[in-house]
Amino acid sequence: MLNRFCASRLLAVLAGLITGTSAMAATDNWQLNMYKGVTPVSKDMYDLHMIAMLICTLIGIAVFGVMIYALIYHRKSKGFTPAAFHDNTRLEILWSIIPFLILVGLAVPATTILMRMDDTSESDVTIKIVGYQWKWQYQYLDQGISYFSSLATPYNQLAGQGSKGEWYLLEVDKPLVLPVNKKIRFLVTSNDVVHSWWVPELGVKRDAIPGFMHEAWARIEKPGTYRGQCAELCGINHGFMPIVVQAVSEEEFNQWVAGQSSAAAQQATTENDPQAQTDLTRDVLMTLGKEKYEVICAACHKSDGSGLPPMYPPLKGSSVAVGHPIERHIEMILNGVPGSAMQAYRDQLNNTEIAAIATYERNAWENNTGDLVQPSEVARVRQGEIHEPTMVNKVQGGGLQ
Amino acid sequence: MSDVLTHDIDHDVHDDHGPEQGKGVLGFIKRWLFTTNHKDIGTLYLWLAMVSFFVAGAMALVIRAELFQPGLRFVDPNFFNQMTTLHGLMMLFGVVMPAFTGMANWQIPMMIGAPDMALPRLNNWSFWILPFAFALLGSTLFHSGGGPNFGWTMYAPLSTKFAPPSTDFMIFAIHMMGISSIMGSINIIATILNMRAPGMTLMKMPMFVWTWLITAFLLIAIMPVLAGAVTMMLADRHFGTSFFEAAGGGDPILFQHVFWFFGHPEVYVLVLPAFGVVSEVIPTFSRKPLFGYHFMVYATVSIALLSFVVWVHHMFTTGVPLGAELFFMYTTMLISVPTGIKVFNWVSTMFKGAMTFETPMLFAVAFVFLFTIGGFTGLMLALVPADYQYQDTYFVVAHFHYVLVPGVIFALMAATYYWLPKWTGHMYNETLGKWHFWLSVISVNIAFFPMHFLGLAGMPRRIPDYALQFTNFNMITTVGAFIFGFSQLLFLYNVIATIRHGKKVDGQVWEGAKGLEWTLPSPPPYHSFTVPPHIH
Repeated sequence: MLNRFCASRLLAVLAGLITGTSAMAATDNWQLNMYKGVTPVSKDMYDLHMIAMLICTLIGIAVFGVMIYALIYHRKSKGFTPAAFHDNTRLEILWSIIPFLILVGLAVPATTILMRMDDTSESDVTIKIVGYQWKWQYQYLDQGISYFSSLATPYNQLAGQGSKGEWYLLEVDKPLVLPVNKKIRFLVTSNDVVHSWWVPELGVKRDAIPGFMHEAWARIEKPGTYRGQCAELCGINHGFMPIVVQAVSEEEFNQWVAGQSSAAAQQATTENDPQAQTDLTRDVLMTLGKEKYEVICAACHKSDGSGLPPMYPPLKGSSVAVGHPIERHIEMILNGVPGSAMQAYRDQLNNTEIAAIATYERNAWENNTGDLVQPSEVARVRQGEIHEPTMVNKVQGGGLQ
Repeated sequence: MSDVLTHDIDHDVHDDHGPEQGKGVLGFIKRWLFTTNHKDIGTLYLWLAMVSFFVAGAMALVIRAELFQPGLRFVDPNFFNQMTTLHGLMMLFGVVMPAFTGMANWQIPMMIGAPDMALPRLNNWSFWILPFAFALLGSTLFHSGGGPNFGWTMYAPLSTKFAPPSTDFMIFAIHMMGISSIMGSINIIATILNMRAPGMTLMKMPMFVWTWLITAFLLIAIMPVLAGAVTMMLADRHFGTSFFEAAGGGDPILFQHVFWFFGHPEVYVLVLPAFGVVSEVIPTFSRKPLFGYHFMVYATVSIALLSFVVWVHHMFTTGVPLGAELFFMYTTMLISVPTGIKVFNWVSTMFKGAMTFETPMLFAVAFVFLFTIGGFTGLMLALVPADYQYQDTYFVVAHFHYVLVPGVIFALMAATYYWLPKWTGHMYNETLGKWHFWLSVISVNIAFFPMHFLGLAGMPRRIPDYALQFTNFNMITTVGAFIFGFSQLLFLYNVIATIRHGKKVDGQVWEGAKGLEWTLPSPPPYHSFTVPPHIH
């Protein structure tokens, strides 16, 4: 690794440090300093950070300078006889007042920037962001668009197999699309535990508190892709809920909005119609099922289906995963278990994905039921044809829950 | 400090060991289980801290091993979270606090000219709660569902509705540690206020005693708050309350407020005794009295008072109102004034001294350098707009590890090397001590300095895996952490070797040392001062 640290890179890093802009491509493996970012707020934050760092450096040079001088010259080995002074009230007062004045000097810009940051009025676009374990939901309140955005890095990369993509852990299936040069207001909340929505280059970090909504804003000045991560420990997969923001021009944004609405309408009809589903082979279902299971379910239920009892029940040999009716299994994935960490995946996964996961769960880890769950069955349950799944006979179902 | 004369003290009342309690293993257990002697209890505290230091340090190495490369899966993410949680809890409650309480037990009676602590039986009890508390806490790792996995800050509702059953064991362990700390603090306050030798006025007390007096008051003020926070957690988990649940009219942020009202003064509980140690060591090896003693005391008091009005700076991104952000930003910045006074006074103490660099002095000098760096980042973190970018990143991890490892832990090392010859009557191995110091001071910077860069470049804390961009600095950090961890074995070896067969020392030990403890022989008699010394 270290041999990559050649002189040209070092120079580029130093240049970047001095000019405050990233002198290299987006992935700067030796990035030392804060992002300057692409919003007025992030630039203010950066400037304040640089001022504070400069002041600290100057104080450090002065204090450490005196100290190093003393360490070098005032040694017993140099025959230095100790002085006897041990008090100087004037000096003490002086070095209380000077730091105080420096602090006042720092507090002034900090206060002005903070007041600007707090002003979320007159926004053009409002986005509600809801944190889930472990994904984000974006709701465009004015446009009526809503979707989930979750990690898109394939499972084998997470498990350390194969080479990793450039945006390992920083890529999502559906990014948040935002227009540039518009004041965007974020309303941040959470569905379960405390999360924190953070995109360094936008200068936005806002904790997502369940039951409360807090605001932040950004005006993105440059089109591009900006990445971030959840910043507050939110459970097992805290490190695996990235954020990707795609900032586009207003026309592109409007185009995107128009496309989204029609896609959603189309999806609503196809997902609810059992006739519109195509049957898949066992191999297809199992492969897709494993892929999805490892990313979505394995955090709690574990790759080997053993779960983490008593918090997260095992699926290996569980009455839900091997018992009948299969509708109960599908229903649990669709609607979740209220009051527990098991969410409703109704809006997060499509019929094919749920069918694949159910098929995988019913056939992996010696569950060998041989059952195939087809998307059409999921669509039927989704549509509500089967309201009350019949209770499972546990003995028949094949084991403890 | 002032010159000190001892009376003719009858030293042969006891040997340097406690009364026999019988032979064999049972005798050994009874001797340590029933002891009410301040030195014995101090020793117990210090060994508990030493054991916890290696246990919690091993946890840190598990964390660093996992973070050596992206995509490692050396441990699974849930176990990783348990490691971060227990590493934090153990280092705070199991290492730093018991270690300083052990130092207080050994040193305070000797420094103020007392025979023992004021409340010896309470002293015994406050120690013996701890091994059970830590057994309880450690056992959670083996429970079904795993140990606590929500970080040492225990934010609700992750720690209430979404936490494993073992959380209840952690809550009970915290209650026990709290009781222990409160009793220990009562004892320290009672000892300092009542047992000082005639002539030892408050403003003649050594700085270590002063800082501990203030720390003890802080502990009495905050430990009940922590107990309240975890009790509310327990109630939310089992008794159907909704303190931290919006659906029932509560607020998850309430937990953070209560926790940090404990948590911020707790930071000073950890660091004030370290200030005390450094204020003892630097004058000794500079052969010059502490500069600005009075201002050092005032600064300590102001830091302690200010520490109660800064807690929201841990929560700037939670959506607290603008007015609160401004208030807590100003108070936080203000703390750097008294802290600055302390640093300036240490530098002035060294200035024009006649310094020598034995191991305690090396650690103390490194403390002043590296703690100040942690102080600078602390000032940067106080600035709310910039804090929005630092909060919950590795920049914060770097900041508090700079104040806690090359800060507090280095002060503990300095104190151990400084007083160990007094306690045991044997000199430690200076060459080994220097090796320990240089390996530690270099590796601690390799381990923690790159974390600043990681945080600024956008790496959140408490993640078990990371984007490729962060690989280089994480590798460097891990290498540094392993060197640091294994260097501490030198310390352990040096301490044991000193106790067993170190070179004999006289009472004075250090040429420049001033204070009552140095008037006693090394090792000191079992009941330190049976006749109060006279103080000029």
